[in-house]
Amino acid sequence: MNAVLESSHDAHHHGPVNTGLKRWLFTTNHKDIGTLYLWFSFSMFLIGGVLALIIRTELFQPGLQFIEPEFFNQMTTNHGLIMVFGAIMPAFVGLANWMVPLMVGAPDMALPRMNNLSFWILPFAFTMIISTLFMPGGGPNFGWTFYAPLSTTYAPDSVTFFIFAVHIMGASSIMGSINIIATILNMRAPGMTLMKMPLFVWTWLITAYLLLAVMPVLAGVVTMMLFDIHFGTSFFNAAGGGDPVMFQHIFWFFGHPEVYIMILPAFGVVSQIIPTFARKRLFGYDSMVYATSSIAFLSFIVWAHHMFTVGMPLAGQLFFMYATMIIAVPTGVKVFNWVSTMWQGSMTFETPMLFSIAFVILFTIGGFSGLMLAITPADYQYHDTYFVVAHFHYVLVPGALFSIIAAVYYWLPKWCGRMYDESLGKIHFWLSFIGVNVTFFPQHFSGLAGMPRRVPDYAMQFADFNMISSVGAFLFGFSQVFFLYVIIKAIKSGQPASDRVWEGAHGLEWTIASPAPYHTFTEPPVFDDSEVHS
Amino acid sequence: MLNKAQLFRNAAVCVSLAATWSLGADELNMRTGVTDISKAVYDLHMIMLWVCVIIGTVVFSAMFISMLLHRKSRGAIPATFHDSLKLEFAWTIIPMAILIALAIPATGTLIEMYDTGGEELSIEVRAYQWKWQYKYLDEDLNSTFSFFSNMSTPKDQIYNKEAKGEHYLLEVDNVLRIPTNRKVRFLITSEDVIHAWWVPDFGIKRDAVPGMLNDLWTLVNEPGTYRGQCTELCGKDHGFMPIVVEAMPEADYDAWYLKQVAAESARIEALSKTFSADELMLEGEKVYASFCASCHQLDGKGVPPVFPGLAGSSVAVGARDEHLRLVYEGVPGTSMAAFGKQLDAAQLAAVVHYERHAWGNNTDDITQPRDVINLFSAP
Ligand SMILES: [Cu+2]
Repeated sequence: MNAVLESSHDAHHHGPVNTGLKRWLFTTNHKDIGTLYLWFSFSMFLIGGVLALIIRTELFQPGLQFIEPEFFNQMTTNHGLIMVFGAIMPAFVGLANWMVPLMVGAPDMALPRMNNLSFWILPFAFTMIISTLFMPGGGPNFGWTFYAPLSTTYAPDSVTFFIFAVHIMGASSIMGSINIIATILNMRAPGMTLMKMPLFVWTWLITAYLLLAVMPVLAGVVTMMLFDIHFGTSFFNAAGGGDPVMFQHIFWFFGHPEVYIMILPAFGVVSQIIPTFARKRLFGYDSMVYATSSIAFLSFIVWAHHMFTVGMPLAGQLFFMYATMIIAVPTGVKVFNWVSTMWQGSMTFETPMLFSIAFVILFTIGGFSGLMLAITPADYQYHDTYFVVAHFHYVLVPGALFSIIAAVYYWLPKWCGRMYDESLGKIHFWLSFIGVNVTFFPQHFSGLAGMPRRVPDYAMQFADFNMISSVGAFLFGFSQVFFLYVIIKAIKSGQPASDRVWEGAHGLEWTIASPAPYHTFTEPPVFDDSEVHS
Repeated sequence: MLNKAQLFRNAAVCVSLAATWSLGADELNMRTGVTDISKAVYDLHMIMLWVCVIIGTVVFSAMFISMLLHRKSRGAIPATFHDSLKLEFAWTIIPMAILIALAIPATGTLIEMYDTGGEELSIEVRAYQWKWQYKYLDEDLNSTFSFFSNMSTPKDQIYNKEAKGEHYLLEVDNVLRIPTNRKVRFLITSEDVIHAWWVPDFGIKRDAVPGMLNDLWTLVNEPGTYRGQCTELCGKDHGFMPIVVEAMPEADYDAWYLKQVAAESARIEALSKTFSADELMLEGEKVYASFCASCHQLDGKGVPPVFPGLAGSSVAVGARDEHLRLVYEGVPGTSMAAFGKQLDAAQLAAVVHYERHAWGNNTDDITQPRDVINLFSAP
């Protein structure tokens, strides 16, 4: 604790106060913590990816070849949990930690010690989740949506550890979002009004509010589960007068905003990168801000579109159908704005730009299938089939994940002062692009043909699509290991990067040296309109 | 540039090949199905698909044109515009109008789907881990007769020891039979976790939720066999609880129905019979295979620690009435269901007798239906 206090007192230090493990354990530096978040999320991404490949190996052919159904369910569940809570969300928090202070011209996050805590409780949560797989009775096997009563009365004993882990993750997210909000609202450089903030900062501000609103709801619902399991309550137990459908309402009241928590920062990243490489200001900045806000608002009133088959009254079905369809409008505005930003620009296609363009196209495809899913009568045919699996993977993999990869390529030179190898980056892009489409596009077809999701085995007519999907998954998995190689190579032996890094880059983060010094903006920077960009 | 042109041409050939192949294979699209509802749903799906394809083509074309023309390598100078109220207004209003146009037919179909009433037959669909029970209801919604429907694909096919059959995983021991040309209502519920009942060709799907009775209807005109699956994750064997519905011509259906009613009275008679040990073992083995084996396994070894083995277990060789009670009432808070709700006294007697004499279990008792009835009707 003393070291922490000293480090905040001795602001004139040029580097970290501690070295070795102690530096990382006790750090309150936003750059260190950002790095920790990013490496943590990458390791979770690899673990979640291994689980995905176990799933795809079993599904390569009809019949059961490698694993038993019970274990298969543990794989789908933990793949989902680890990717959502361990890979995507911490990666965006890591980006926010690194970039929000640099983009708004703040010396650090507003609450540095809480920042340390919000990171360091995460590894415990995920160690706990992963350790459940080795417990007698197995790990969580009820899907990442953990519908009661499968996750309560019928759950393996390890569910209690799962609940505890969710509480820890939730606490981490809440602390992280308080920190981000406090930083953005209080620590912007003089002259940076809200409507001059970079869009990444805007989208994170809105995301942080979403997190604050819904993580307590998630904590509430898992606590109700805990009480049902251990203390004899019957919130979700029909035999005791409870209601399993209520679980779904509460879960999705968290779950739908959660979907936007994973995509709004992605919108922000892409809105930074496209203007840079189009060498043109972001088109429709104001409308981007309004669109993001309206998506955030709408995300609270559409939750039951995940539950169209649960048996709601007609009026309810119609309301949720209409509300869901409306989301297409602000989402469309965003896509149109990105295309207009590119229009009559002067584009170059470095790796971050390639990933961002793929994001716009493939995310839009995911959006289209989302619009189709909104149509209640058609949803009856799509619901809980591979069509849904294809839909949300398009939104999360070439959507959220591609934006994270784009962000890493885009800001890595600023972080470590070295450039990645452009040709290797492009190879990584094309492998990922092909891999993701070969994996997930055929799943639209198997879903339409009637293949349910979360099954370890399937009827013969789905065999071809599954085989293609599995091949694609291995290609995609391999290309992410290649990504690790590209990154390590850049950090170790990349060419030195200039301060501005990219010809078309604007924003305060590019006014400091590359690599970014350990302490930046200890004096508030001058923010003038030449750095307003997006 | 030439290289790029070639690349594009090759890509175009690939896409058109894929398209030809896809048009040839009908499993690439949603099934049209056989009911008015499923056809209306298919039409909605196609409208949505085309709207998405057209919007996608416009947006992506603009993007590709821009990527082709407005590149620095071609000497493009970036424009300085970055806002247009008119454009923003247009691409808010136009999508809104398209959405309203789409919502109208969707609303119509949904209202039609909710139009229950006027049905000539009601069937209760009750889900269990991992099978379906179908109860044919009379006018007062009491069960006339009922049966369970289990997947009938042999384990050897699943574990690749045997060639897979034509309807691999989509076949059951007892199919649900309904008449054609009559409106049938399904009342759907569950006994344990949430399942979902789906027959794609009818265009209907509904969750089976414990403690809740959902309703759904269909009217099938074409006789035939229609297959579906459980579509809500319901535990270990979620992938193995198919739904098979046979829509029969009305006369055939009526004949079948009468036969079932007769069989039902025979079943009730059996409750007061005395069986030989061999008869009990034979019937017990059947009941065990369809109700118990998915957890406790055919060899009685179970999957410890989740599903305990029965061979030599303290229950299966212990006091008979305790054994009966456990099977009848289940173990609350675990996957062990209360089979008193699923099996009649004759089946319970047989399966308990079987468990006490199979796999080397060797108790010297015999269990008759009346033992079950006496044990559970006592005050
Ligand atoms: Cu089921």
